[in-house]
Amino acid sequence: MAATNIPTGGAHAQEAPHVQHHATGDHHDEHHDHHDQHWLSKYVFSQDHKWIAKQFLISGIAWAFIGATLSTLFRIQLGWPDANLSWLEPILGRWIDAGKLNPEFYLALVTMHGTIMVFFVLTAGLSGTFSNFLIPLQVGARDMASGFMNMLSFWFFFLAGIVMFISLFLETGPAAAGWTIYPPLSALPQAIPGSGTGQTMWLVSMALFIVSQLLGGVNYITTVINLRTAGMSMAKLPLTIWSFFLTAILGLLSFPVLFSAALLLIFDRSFGTSFFLSDIYIGGEALNHVGGSPILFQHLFWFLGHPEVYIVIMPAMGIVSEVLATNARKPIFGYRAMIGSLIGISLLSFVVWAHHMFVTGMNPFLGSVFMFLTLIIAVPSAVKTFNWLATLWRGNIRFTSAMLFAIGFVSLFVSGGLTGIILGNAALDIQMHNTYFVVAHFHLVMGSSAFFGMFAGVYHWFPKMFGRMMDEKLGYVHFWLTILAAYLVFIPMHYVGIAGFPRRYYAYTAYETFNQFGNLNTFISIAAIMAFFAQFIFLFNFVYSIFRGRRATENPWGSTTLEWTTPIEPGHGNWPGAIPAVYRWPYDYSKPGAPEDFIPQHVPYSQTVSSNLPYEKEME
Amino acid sequence: MIALGILLALVLLLVVFGLLFRLQILTSIFSGSYVRQIGLSNRVNAILMLVFLVVGMAAFAYSFIDSFDKMNPPIASVHGLHTERLFWTTMIIIGIVFVLTQVALFVYSYKYQYREGRRAFFYSHNNKIEVIWTVIPAIVMSGLIFGGWKEWTNIMGPAPKEAVELEVMGKQFNFLVRYPGRDNKLGRINFRLIDAGNDFGFDLNDQKALDDFTTTEIHIPKGVPVLMHIRSRDVLHAVYAPHFRVQMYAVPGMPTKFWFIPTKSTDEMRAQTGNPNFNYEIACNQICGKSHYAMKATIIVDEPDDYVAWYSQQKSFAEQNPDILAAFKNKKTPVIEEVPAATSAAPAATEKAQAAL
Ligand code: HEM
Ligand SMILES: [Cu+2]
Ligand SMILES: [Cu+2]
Repeated sequence: MAATNIPTGGAHAQEAPHVQHHATGDHHDEHHDHHDQHWLSKYVFSQDHKWIAKQFLISGIAWAFIGATLSTLFRIQLGWPDANLSWLEPILGRWIDAGKLNPEFYLALVTMHGTIMVFFVLTAGLSGTFSNFLIPLQVGARDMASGFMNMLSFWFFFLAGIVMFISLFLETGPAAAGWTIYPPLSALPQAIPGSGTGQTMWLVSMALFIVSQLLGGVNYITTVINLRTAGMSMAKLPLTIWSFFLTAILGLLSFPVLFSAALLLIFDRSFGTSFFLSDIYIGGEALNHVGGSPILFQHLFWFLGHPEVYIVIMPAMGIVSEVLATNARKPIFGYRAMIGSLIGISLLSFVVWAHHMFVTGMNPFLGSVFMFLTLIIAVPSAVKTFNWLATLWRGNIRFTSAMLFAIGFVSLFVSGGLTGIILGNAALDIQMHNTYFVVAHFHLVMGSSAFFGMFAGVYHWFPKMFGRMMDEKLGYVHFWLTILAAYLVFIPMHYVGIAGFPRRYYAYTAYETFNQFGNLNTFISIAAIMAFFAQFIFLFNFVYSIFRGRRATENPWGSTTLEWTTPIEPGHGNWPGAIPAVYRWPYDYSKPGAPEDFIPQHVPYSQTVSSNLPYEKEME
Repeated sequence: MIALGILLALVLLLVVFGLLFRLQILTSIFSGSYVRQIGLSNRVNAILMLVFLVVGMAAFAYSFIDSFDKMNPPIASVHGLHTERLFWTTMIIIGIVFVLTQVALFVYSYKYQYREGRRAFFYSHNNKIEVIWTVIPAIVMSGLIFGGWKEWTNIMGPAPKEAVELEVMGKQFNFLVRYPGRDNKLGRINFRLIDAGNDFGFDLNDQKALDDFTTTEIHIPKGVPVLMHIRSRDVLHAVYAPHFRVQMYAVPGMPTKFWFIPTKSTDEMRAQTGNPNFNYEIACNQICGKSHYAMKATIIVDEPDDYVAWYSQQKSFAEQNPDILAAFKNKKTPVIEEVPAATSAAPAATEKAQAAL
């Protein structure tokens, strides 16, 4: 545990909050009691981080249901390729042609599903919600460094969403070149209609989205660095904050690269440049583009793309660490190692991108280098897993809904992470690349895990967000159905993948090689639909509990972190009085000698003489 | 109509949930369990953890064994046998780690469930353990990296000199194939020369192109290294031949290649699998548009003698298309270089330079 940076005297620490208060809280004081804010600035263009977090959360949930609906549609096609789908005509209109789903629309569905889930749900919905909500509350700040930028961040995201949503209804369909939008397919409307207006809107939407990410990220980083309350050294930050902090740094460094890739692609598409295009004959004519490289785009894309997958998972890791410790009533095991591995993952995540490109024809030597770096990144991931397991060991576990999802997260993360070791091996990736094995890998390790982290977070912090509790029983049902369905969907997908089934296929009927797994595909589809319906339990619980849930207490989980020292429904500025100072790390659970099984961060050592460890004595 | 039905069903479901929920709150208030949370359900969840582990693992094992034959496309290349061994070795290693961690996770969850009056063990860190479980995965990883690296460099290394060459060109939505003909040299092609009659864009001003021939089926000889040149003329595609453990992107503007040694002829494989319809297939494995899912080609692996016989029977493209050949002769089209951008700029620059002198 951190022995450094702990304030050395009660007196000093007692004053500290005031210093902080004057530095950052002054102007908030004026706001505290005047409730006559215009409703627009209170509920719509709010600059309060808690409200913005809820805006992100609710938009994230809405997007998640849209994304899941799209996947249900294409799973129907895969599960029952011969079925007559004219019953979908009322929803899909002309995309159903003589009872058959249009193959181009199938690709559009896959593309939009991926885009929505990765960016709108698991990036904006997850980071946007919890970074916004928890950073100020857990570091002890009255709000984000810039409430205004924070508000802009949400509205840019909202705008990005509008553009993306409208593109779903275009005559030519939405973008359809896969969520990785590789050119030339994404650059040439002749190649697929979705690469017309649909792709343009995709790119515009993504540009807006990146602006939103950057505005948010700058804020998160600044707030963590500058607005920590007295005594809150970096070595006393909850792991949630560490993960949000590093996530924001990753985003800040990698999203601009995607922006540049998008920009260059826009140039290629609309202004006749040839960054990514060369030697193309399509639609009966040879195009004038020469000298560009489609592979260059992939480098740019994955330079964002790989950090992006960690942008998705790291906040979930932080949330899970927090929830596991709280509900196992145990300190997180190896706090320092947890931070170290987060930093390790962050650094390494910038140097593994080309493992997505082993068979693109790049130099085999580069392949070797990236194989080496990729397999190294499995080490910090393994360390994290072992630390979570050690946290459960000899705990006193309370199975709240959040805890269940946190345990589920670890299970799914392990299951999905391990197959990364196969894929990271270039020699094996020759066979596995772009098969369902990859799909299974990343849906477990990223898709399902991150969703589980998000659920854990929602169940855990719901009382702080809405002042009420979610129903636990429904939470249990939701959890067990969801984890069951997740495994039923994704374990068989590995089998299909090992058999070599390519991803993004509308049907497998054309091949002799891929005719053996029809039943399994039907099975997967049924499980996927079951997973989808299980989410309505959550939706119901969520909406119902906002209005009708049992009233929350101030600290319902017996947690140590600062957000639980605020009033049940914290107002603007978070703490009505001074911001509490912090004296200890966030994981003093079940400390021997303490009367309660947790000691919050703001309790000074002088008040816990009975439980202080030898080296803490001097800080009394 | 049906959409309406679904909507109605959903609404009904929600109503049912709502009622259940109310009922449950009321009962829990009366039974007093409303305040104290850690009760029976904690125990139920703990037991479910164990059940999930046991049933889940059993179902996993069963389904895995059940699907095992189906998930292993028979192997038909030399390096395929190596990578297959590497694959299953790695699978066993990660399988062991998978079982150990999942067992630990769910068993701990069960075993350390909440008990009244017990206290969790305050145990914050142990640097020795951290080092151990950092170093061990690192060592295992190094082993895997080494194994993979050796295979990878072998596979990706230069093709043997005696390799048989051919070229596959991806286009929406099929693969075109050409062979170098008698001179064993693939002639020049150019995407600007492509038209309905000249799918490949043969440049027949190039001597080497004159004897090149195209086919619809890909023939390759058994037991001989085959060097496959790969290119695309429109969007990205990928040549994916699962039985040979071969995969390589087809990239417009950037030719790629892959070499391998087939080990079993198509006939042998038909006998082995007992499937008279068996064929080696190439599937396009990079999203490329509407018929991506049906973009395929068939590979026939012949006995070497049959291959030679087949090869010598093929008529060259030029021979089959005298009109196109004639057009080249008549026009005396200036040879368009492979990379017009670079080369056309260069002469202009030298001319200018000369003029300046
Ligand atoms: C144990 C460490 C991991 C390793 C060694 C690893 C390795 C790989 C490799 C080599 C690929 C490319 C496969 C291919 O396309 O042929 C891949 C794909 C992917 N991985 Fe991982 N991975 C790991 C963990 C993760 C984590 C933690 C996440 C996300 C949270 C993740 C998300 C993804 C995604 C989204 C893709 C597929 C992207 C696409 O092609 O659409 N991986 N992984
Ligand atoms: Cu990656
Ligand atoms: Cu293709």
